[in-house]
Amino acid sequence: MSAFNAIGEEREIDRDEFTPGVEPQPTWCPGCGDFGVLKSLKQALPEVGKTPEEVLTVTGIGCSGKLNSYLDTYGFHTIHGRSLPVARAAKLANPELEVIAAGGDGDGYGIGGNHFIHSARENHDMTYIVFNNEIFGLTKGQTSPTSPKGHKSKTQPSGSAKTPLRPLSLSLTSGASYIARTAAVNPNQAKEIIKEAIEHDGFAHVDFLTQCPTWNKDARQYVPYIDVQESDDYDFDITDRAEAAEMMRETEDVLNEGTVLTGRYYVDEDRPSYTQEKKAVGELPEDPLAERYFDDDAEWERSYDLLERHT
Amino acid sequence: MSDDELIWRIAGGSGDGIDSTSQNFAKALMRSGLDVFTHRHYPSRIRGGHTYVEIRAADRDVQSRGDGYNFLLSLGDSFARNPQEEAYYGNEEIKPLSENLDELREGGIIVYDAGLVSDEDVEAINLEERAEENNWHVYPMDLRGLAKEHGREVMRNTAGVGVTAALLDMELEHIEDLMEDAMSGDVLEANIDILHEAYETTRDEYEFDHELRAPTGEHETEQALLSGSNAIAYGAIDAGCRFIAGYPMTPWTDVFTILSQNFPDMGGISEQVEDEVAAAALAVGASHAGVKAMSGSSGGGFALMSEPLGLAEMTETPIVLVESMRAGPSTGMPTKPEQSDLEFVLYTSQGDSQRVVFAPGNIQEAYEQTRLAFEIAWDYQIPTILIYDQKLSGENMNVDVDFFDREPAPDLGSTLTEDELKEAAHDASGKFKRFDYENAEDGVAPRSLPGQKGGRYLATGNEHSPVGHIEEDPDNRVFQMERRLEKLEAIRTELDEERESNQTYFGDEDADYGIITWGSSQGAVEEAIERLNDDGHSVRGVSVSDMMPFPEEELTEFLAGVEEAMVVEMNATGQFRGVLQKELGQYGEKLTSLLKFNGNPFEPAEIVEGYEVNVADEDREPTAQVRIEPAAGD
Ligand SMILES: Cc1ncc(C[n+]2csc(CCOP(=O)(O)OP(=O)(O)O)c2C)c(N)n1
Ligand code: SF4
Repeated sequence: MSAFNAIGEEREIDRDEFTPGVEPQPTWCPGCGDFGVLKSLKQALPEVGKTPEEVLTVTGIGCSGKLNSYLDTYGFHTIHGRSLPVARAAKLANPELEVIAAGGDGDGYGIGGNHFIHSARENHDMTYIVFNNEIFGLTKGQTSPTSPKGHKSKTQPSGSAKTPLRPLSLSLTSGASYIARTAAVNPNQAKEIIKEAIEHDGFAHVDFLTQCPTWNKDARQYVPYIDVQESDDYDFDITDRAEAAEMMRETEDVLNEGTVLTGRYYVDEDRPSYTQEKKAVGELPEDPLAERYFDDDAEWERSYDLLERHT
Repeated sequence: MSDDELIWRIAGGSGDGIDSTSQNFAKALMRSGLDVFTHRHYPSRIRGGHTYVEIRAADRDVQSRGDGYNFLLSLGDSFARNPQEEAYYGNEEIKPLSENLDELREGGIIVYDAGLVSDEDVEAINLEERAEENNWHVYPMDLRGLAKEHGREVMRNTAGVGVTAALLDMELEHIEDLMEDAMSGDVLEANIDILHEAYETTRDEYEFDHELRAPTGEHETEQALLSGSNAIAYGAIDAGCRFIAGYPMTPWTDVFTILSQNFPDMGGISEQVEDEVAAAALAVGASHAGVKAMSGSSGGGFALMSEPLGLAEMTETPIVLVESMRAGPSTGMPTKPEQSDLEFVLYTSQGDSQRVVFAPGNIQEAYEQTRLAFEIAWDYQIPTILIYDQKLSGENMNVDVDFFDREPAPDLGSTLTEDELKEAAHDASGKFKRFDYENAEDGVAPRSLPGQKGGRYLATGNEHSPVGHIEEDPDNRVFQMERRLEKLEAIRTELDEERESNQTYFGDEDADYGIITWGSSQGAVEEAIERLNDDGHSVRGVSVSDMMPFPEEELTEFLAGVEEAMVVEMNATGQFRGVLQKELGQYGEKLTSLLKFNGNPFEPAEIVEGYEVNVADEDREPTAQVRIEPAAGD
């Protein structure tokens, strides 16, 4: 008998199962884009056949980090910027878990930037959702790495002198194998993209535009947006790196000018995930390592067998 | 200083094969029935620069490097030179000889490579005069020439070993066996030829006028030569650890490397990651998902682990971290030992921290306490830290093979099975009350793993309710905080009552004076106490391993029984003495300090002297290499 019976359980799953039956109610401000992420996850997870108990959501710190307080899965609400390393290791320890990491743009692109680059580079098999509201929400409105140049805040009173970070392009150069941008204001596209991201084998990065009506009042609320797949103005091959890169560049350029482009930007189905790569070189056991601790018949090699080289 | 022991120093340039040669020679001495202990001194550069390894061998237990040494094999600094031409880093050829002479004992032996250094150079350091003064016996040999003749210049290490064996009247059998294990073909053949020729030439060419011979001995059981890093890695393996994440930093890299090399065959996982924050966070993630996990670093890297350490504490995720100290502050002296991260390890990370810290004092303790660290971490869901240093990490000692014949213990401690989860408390929405204070015994609230049926909860670094929701209600806060702190009390009780003490005691229980130490200074203290007592002093000692929770009762008892005590540690500010004063305030006035922080570990004689000056009030100056800090009242 498996020690993890919730994993791979086949049954009809109700959306409501992902909603905590009792407290807490979300503490996000009215109109906050974070509700959109929560909603799309609640819709997507049952549709891809995941039960709450086989999903591990790992979040950082920020308004966004509270996601898993309101989404009833196994959860780990970590520390600011560190969701990815925690999530990566959980996936390696038990590759059968569905691991979803999430956090804000400050959390993921600022303090956690190094982890983001390396998680994408290694192509860990997980979904990473960044709530991109172009601002620090929880600490009350400071400039974030994605805030537009000239953005004024209490900590940058004369307007930011910095060019905003380009998450899509960074993700592509770093090695993510699924890259998309969606927006809370477009729930249907968001749900479909989240579904694809979860089903993708490899690092699926979703830059999720979330409006922050409280601190980012001047900001474009991501409407009207254009879906690059739906619009006739854009034609590119999402499996072609160069075309994807070009499209991302344009998207990131025009966002600064007030035009919001969203959609799927890059999908590489051929690139093996980190779990596969690690198995291929013999550095990841075939069966989930976590299972082994519950297996009474498992053999545990001991150090005594290694002593020969020391005698 | 007895000469029933051999302390052989091989000196040369780093990258010169000093390490492998000395490792083999130490093993050969061990195989001949002796107890051995190695001490490695090297600069922070990859090739060239002066380096040496000392092997102390005797027909009795040896737990530390000795005082000075009695046999110098001085090689050149070959790799520091431009292979085509003249000396590349200036003339360092003579250094392996000149730099080592101060610590050579009276009557000692010197073998140097006459093929590398010129007569003028040797004259320039007044070798002849000094040899006469100190009754040294000097044997120049063209080791390079000999090696070149049979193979390659680098094989002159082997020639040096051959000369050593001849001068010490040793059989070549064990040395040959080890060479056969390590090499084959032409290389082996050349080395064996060089070994024999050096051996025979020495016997033919020289009248031996020295008395030193290799001691003889016999082991009743099979011995293994291994380092503190090996012991920690093996302790982790036997404890069921199968996940390691890290970022290289000397000296922690050794443990990281040993486990990384062994894990693929054991179904374990090793991850070299982007930085130390990630490394410790990975250990947390792997443990959360159900694998016994560890990470570690040295001071600078450990600084980055302070965040995930706190996360492990608050989420009650068991992990083991190792902190292998080297001289600080900052990047400090990367290859030199020091015991100066103690306060940092005890108190790092915000809030009222709860972690367990052990400081093993020798190789066996390193193994045992690593196992213990895993056991306590998983039983109590608390991070545990092993603090040790570059000295313990790199020194090699022979240990009875059977010592390691322990059963593996992959037990996940207070982790529930799905059957047990059925019986556990849940809230109205079916969430598992992971952080339940009502049913927690000794503060331990058993946990579930993601993917288990009936175990769904939220782990969070924020203060939380029993199911893990962020919760700042004052009553809940107090309950949760007290519950977490209760675990430390319970651990102290378990360590006091159910297990053998981790503290190691020396000398006579009724003695008047005390020496207190911790970590890798233990061996030198042990030897110093023996010598003091042989000289008619009345000294007892304790080497403390439990740093947190602190063994208050044991140390109170020890200190109540002595008139004064000297705290011996390798740092400049008396950190452990500070801990003692914090934990046992009333004894502050009894304590003095003997400190050393020049990058070299204590020699027993320095401790003897420190005691004589410090405690027995002998009217003389201590050596320049140690510092004495008087008691608070003085
Ligand atoms: C190490 C550390 N630094 C700073 C903080 C304070 N902090 C909490 S949330 C946050 C930024 C939140 O911004 P973002 O990640 O964009 O998330 P949002 O709140 O906008 O969803 C900061 C700086 C912290 N908790 N930890
Ligand atoms: S501060 Fe902004 S991001 Fe945070 S909850 Fe309010 S609207 Fe959302």
